[in-house]
Amino acid sequence: MNFGVIVFPGSNCDHDCIHVLSDVLGQKAIPVWHKESTLDGLDAIILPGGFSYGDYLRTGAIARFSPVMGAVKQFADEGGMVLGICNGFQILLEAGLLPGAMLRNRSLSFICRDVHVRVENAATPFTGRCRPGQVLKIPIAHADGNYYTDDVMLSQMKAAAQVVFRYCTADGQVTPEANPNGSLDHIAGVRNAAGNVLGMMPHPERSAEAVLGNDDGKLIFLSMLDALQKAKLKAVLT
Amino acid sequence: MKAKIHVTLKQGILDPQGKAIEHALDTLGFKAASNVRVGKYMELDLAEQDKAKAEAEVKAMCEKLLANTIIEEYRFELSN
Repeated sequence: MNFGVIVFPGSNCDHDCIHVLSDVLGQKAIPVWHKESTLDGLDAIILPGGFSYGDYLRTGAIARFSPVMGAVKQFADEGGMVLGICNGFQILLEAGLLPGAMLRNRSLSFICRDVHVRVENAATPFTGRCRPGQVLKIPIAHADGNYYTDDVMLSQMKAAAQVVFRYCTADGQVTPEANPNGSLDHIAGVRNAAGNVLGMMPHPERSAEAVLGNDDGKLIFLSMLDALQKAKLKAVLT
Repeated sequence: MKAKIHVTLKQGILDPQGKAIEHALDTLGFKAASNVRVGKYMELDLAEQDKAKAEAEVKAMCEKLLANTIIEEYRFELSN
């Protein structure tokens, strides 16, 4: 499969994503500079972590107006799979491709450590390899990961199973202590209503190899691969 | 025409920076200070001379880029 990893000025997890997709999973993964205006020939798009545009104004606020974002929106509108990780998630929020917004972490600190998240919806193209309720250990690294949305949107999102990951303890309990940044309802990752766009604060590309001591994050990429292969097969058969 | 724009978190949304500053003020003995809110201040020059048009333009800037209206509110003044 062909993965495109968008590179904004200030992205710094693009190479990690490309490494996991190509060297660990044996797929084709190419960097896509933010000035590009098409995504031709790509099966899925990843917006990686980093500090696009120095996080000026708000995280993701300026990157969302990069030329490539028009093509990303069109790709998503046509049902293409889009994964935003950390800063990529923040960009998707600012772009309106996902609901909600990010506030500064409750502690005001930049937090870089392993956290546990519970898979709240395993029936997405990004989590198909996970069991419902499975606990994944994946690192976070952010200062603005305190997810917020209003009550009306939150209840809509819950009703549509759009909350995909919640921060939890190692044994899967959703407790205030397990919430690293103050996120509303312990939200660590959400999907859009159509289900083809996912944003998550934890970095699966940093925990996708056993040699690094943790490969829980690999499940996200393997799930995407399964979903893409299934879709290709379906397209061939019909 | 000059626009002076203030963007702050909406009332009711936790402002951790404001809380930290409030705590520091309290420690310094400024016990009367409360409800500290931190925001952004921006100013910019506009070529537009018509006040109504300038107002519409700045409003559009705020809605589209300068503020995220899910979490923030904005206000601005225009002067010659």
